[in-house]
Amino acid sequence: MSQTIPPILSVLPTRALVDEKFKVLVENLPAGSPVTLHSLHHSEDKDYWEAYAHYISDHKGTVSVAEDLSFGGTYAGIEPMGLLWSMRPVPGSRTGLRLRKMDVRSPMLVNISVYSGHKAEGFREQPPLASVLTERWYMAPGVRRIDIKEKGVRGTLFIPPGPGPFPGLMDMWGGGGGLLEYRSALLASHGYVSLALEYFSPGELQSADLEFKYFEAAFNIVKDHPQVIPDRVGLFGLSLGAVVTMCLAAESTITKPRCCVCVSGSHIFPRGETLSGIHKLMFRNSHKARVDENNYHIWRDLNLPITSDLSMKVDVRRINCPMLLVNGHDDQNTPAVESAEDVAQMMHTAGNDHLLTRLHYPDTGHLIEPPYSPHFRATNFIMESTKAKDEMHQKHVILLKWNFSKET
Amino acid sequence: MDRKQCCVKLSVQPARGLVDEKFTVLVQNAPPGSQLTVHALHQCEDGYTWEAFAHYIANATGTVNVSEDLSLGGTYSGVEPMGLLWSLRPVPGSKPGLRMRKMNVQTPLEIRISVYQGHSTEAFITQVPLTSVFVERWYMAPGVRRVPITEGGLTATLFLPSGPGPFPGLLDLWGGGGKLVEYRAALLASHGFASLALDYLTRKITLETGKMVDNQYFETAYRVLQQHPQVLSSRIAMLGLSFGTCIALKMAAYSQVVKLRCVVCISGSHVQPVDGSVKEILEYFQRNAEKTRINEENQVIWRDLLLPIPTDPALKVDVGRLQCPVMLVVAEDDQNWPAPESAQDMKEMMEQAGNSHLLTILSYPNAGHLIEPPYTPHFRASSFKTVGQGQMVMALWGGDTVPHARAQEDAWRKMLAFLQENLYGSTKPAATSLSHL
Repeated sequence: MSQTIPPILSVLPTRALVDEKFKVLVENLPAGSPVTLHSLHHSEDKDYWEAYAHYISDHKGTVSVAEDLSFGGTYAGIEPMGLLWSMRPVPGSRTGLRLRKMDVRSPMLVNISVYSGHKAEGFREQPPLASVLTERWYMAPGVRRIDIKEKGVRGTLFIPPGPGPFPGLMDMWGGGGGLLEYRSALLASHGYVSLALEYFSPGELQSADLEFKYFEAAFNIVKDHPQVIPDRVGLFGLSLGAVVTMCLAAESTITKPRCCVCVSGSHIFPRGETLSGIHKLMFRNSHKARVDENNYHIWRDLNLPITSDLSMKVDVRRINCPMLLVNGHDDQNTPAVESAEDVAQMMHTAGNDHLLTRLHYPDTGHLIEPPYSPHFRATNFIMESTKAKDEMHQKHVILLKWNFSKET
Repeated sequence: MDRKQCCVKLSVQPARGLVDEKFTVLVQNAPPGSQLTVHALHQCEDGYTWEAFAHYIANATGTVNVSEDLSLGGTYSGVEPMGLLWSLRPVPGSKPGLRMRKMNVQTPLEIRISVYQGHSTEAFITQVPLTSVFVERWYMAPGVRRVPITEGGLTATLFLPSGPGPFPGLLDLWGGGGKLVEYRAALLASHGFASLALDYLTRKITLETGKMVDNQYFETAYRVLQQHPQVLSSRIAMLGLSFGTCIALKMAAYSQVVKLRCVVCISGSHVQPVDGSVKEILEYFQRNAEKTRINEENQVIWRDLLLPIPTDPALKVDVGRLQCPVMLVVAEDDQNWPAPESAQDMKEMMEQAGNSHLLTILSYPNAGHLIEPPYTPHFRASSFKTVGQGQMVMALWGGDTVPHARAQEDAWRKMLAFLQENLYGSTKPAATSLSHL
């Protein structure tokens, strides 16, 4: 009889929120045996993402990813969540990919497997010793998802389970446009009524006619919701969304956020114009855009050096709520750290810098997203679509330095 | 609207767990020193409502941690991390004799956990909680496959663990109530055992013609499991509860076909006519039916039907013949089967035969007959109809809730370890590293 006894692989918990840790344990191996832990995910876009790490079992035949050292692979050292955040497209994949879950009502399915020996490739060619499926959810049980199409506002509202009322958030993504729900779903799973706001379609930034009115109306949808505490609604923005956040907090007479979180944003913005103004500003300085040896586009210099012209900056001296700025030192897309420095100085002159908290991470890039999700040095990014529907979108690729960075 | 109240936070981790996984229930941001009731609500598949609740006092930081703090009263008291689940009982005014069993294992049990202000004991439905979350409890881990089996005339469901396999196998038998009960097999598959839940009392043909299965039916089930490409054919166990124990012991001791790596018997007995099969065992019970007792609450006690333990060898499985490890799980307040007396007799028989080193007995004081997977409710009696009986009666199972809950938790853990050791083990690490030399 040559049927061998398989090892026992367990992932606890098997079903978790995306920002929850898990424990991966292999037991019943021969003592001191080299094994490879492997993760595999088939994305909504039909690409395969994987991570792997090399371990050695102890005298009891056990490998504990939370406690043991990885000797190599897509991560090394003691990294309990490395099998998730170090995932990258399998060799031979299309380039410039980014992993984002668009349908948050279903979980991300990740297959965790253990292979014999220290492998770096060929995971599909031979069967693993054992394999388990784990679910990673953006929505906790009982969170409700509601499509919003009222007062001209487009978005999705996520409401935590329970009677409420709850604090609220308006959640805005960046220059890629479209409607991204996953962060709001996760925030609702943590007790906030969160509105994922769509403010322009992908590639349509230049033609978008965005005025404060749109964002103010959207904010009011959250504030006026029967399950929201009206004076506890905050703003959460990444990249362009962070610019919008600062504008609203400083300039809007209608929107009074309780607090602001700005990730990878800047305060450079021609005051008084609509949001599409920012796009014009970029093209004005587009000679400053660089292209590196990989043909990746670097935009951080477009707004450097930080201007001293106050009319070209959000007047952050007028912000009167707590604000958290989260930035990466290696952001190649936006001069976020330099901007944050200037924001701090401006607020200092006005005496309101006690409201400001800055978190700066070394070797961290632009896309600081919920934890344990993979990171990408550079991805495809749709700039502007051409007028005809069946013409190809022009694509630019933006350099973002990679790191494992967590949202605080 | 009192702002302070509405910002009480409740979190349960994991929010989606297996039925046998522990969770932590944390209340935060409550007024320090405030009285709070943590409440669990579940609507079962039959539509009945179950609830549990406990009284706590928030500490100086406004926190209640159910895993660490004392419940001052409710459906459980003391430090009980999982009390909100095992102390669930039908809400006041419910039909008597209810039992909670999940028949559809492809969906989770949904429990609503809430925090109420003050120390309430009733009428939760009329109050608005401060906060609520929903928790899912699953019998099937992601990736576990459910395969209905009809080959060989079987009425069965196979649950295969996630992964390529091959896996050790297990035949899972319930008791005299019959039906195809899947949840334990689903949970065992979630722990790496290819498990076959088998209906042997209420197959369609039995219900229509009254014809019972013979021993070959169980041998067929064993073969189906053994021959499955994802099952390790030399690593198969049997697990039986109540009547299922009768079958498991009979197969283990006498079958030429069924070769078990180990056997687990919960709340059962070796007392049965050695010859014959299910029909003969049921007839034996019928002959002793006058020993049935009814107590003042009109609850039926059946434990005496097999007492006293016979001395006639034709009336009990010769456990001296067993050649594999056996684990007996016994509840000392079992009012349905004389499991403690049977376990004692089996021990003596095995000591005389010289194979008692194979025997492990787990005996739980004040536990009742239905020792099921942990963190599921206990009921001292419930409506029950045995196959071969005309009407529903209120069967007395026995046990008190707290010791029964402890027995379920402890027995399950020990059963899993026993199965793991016998079905996955025997590759001693020391031996393997020597073989590298």
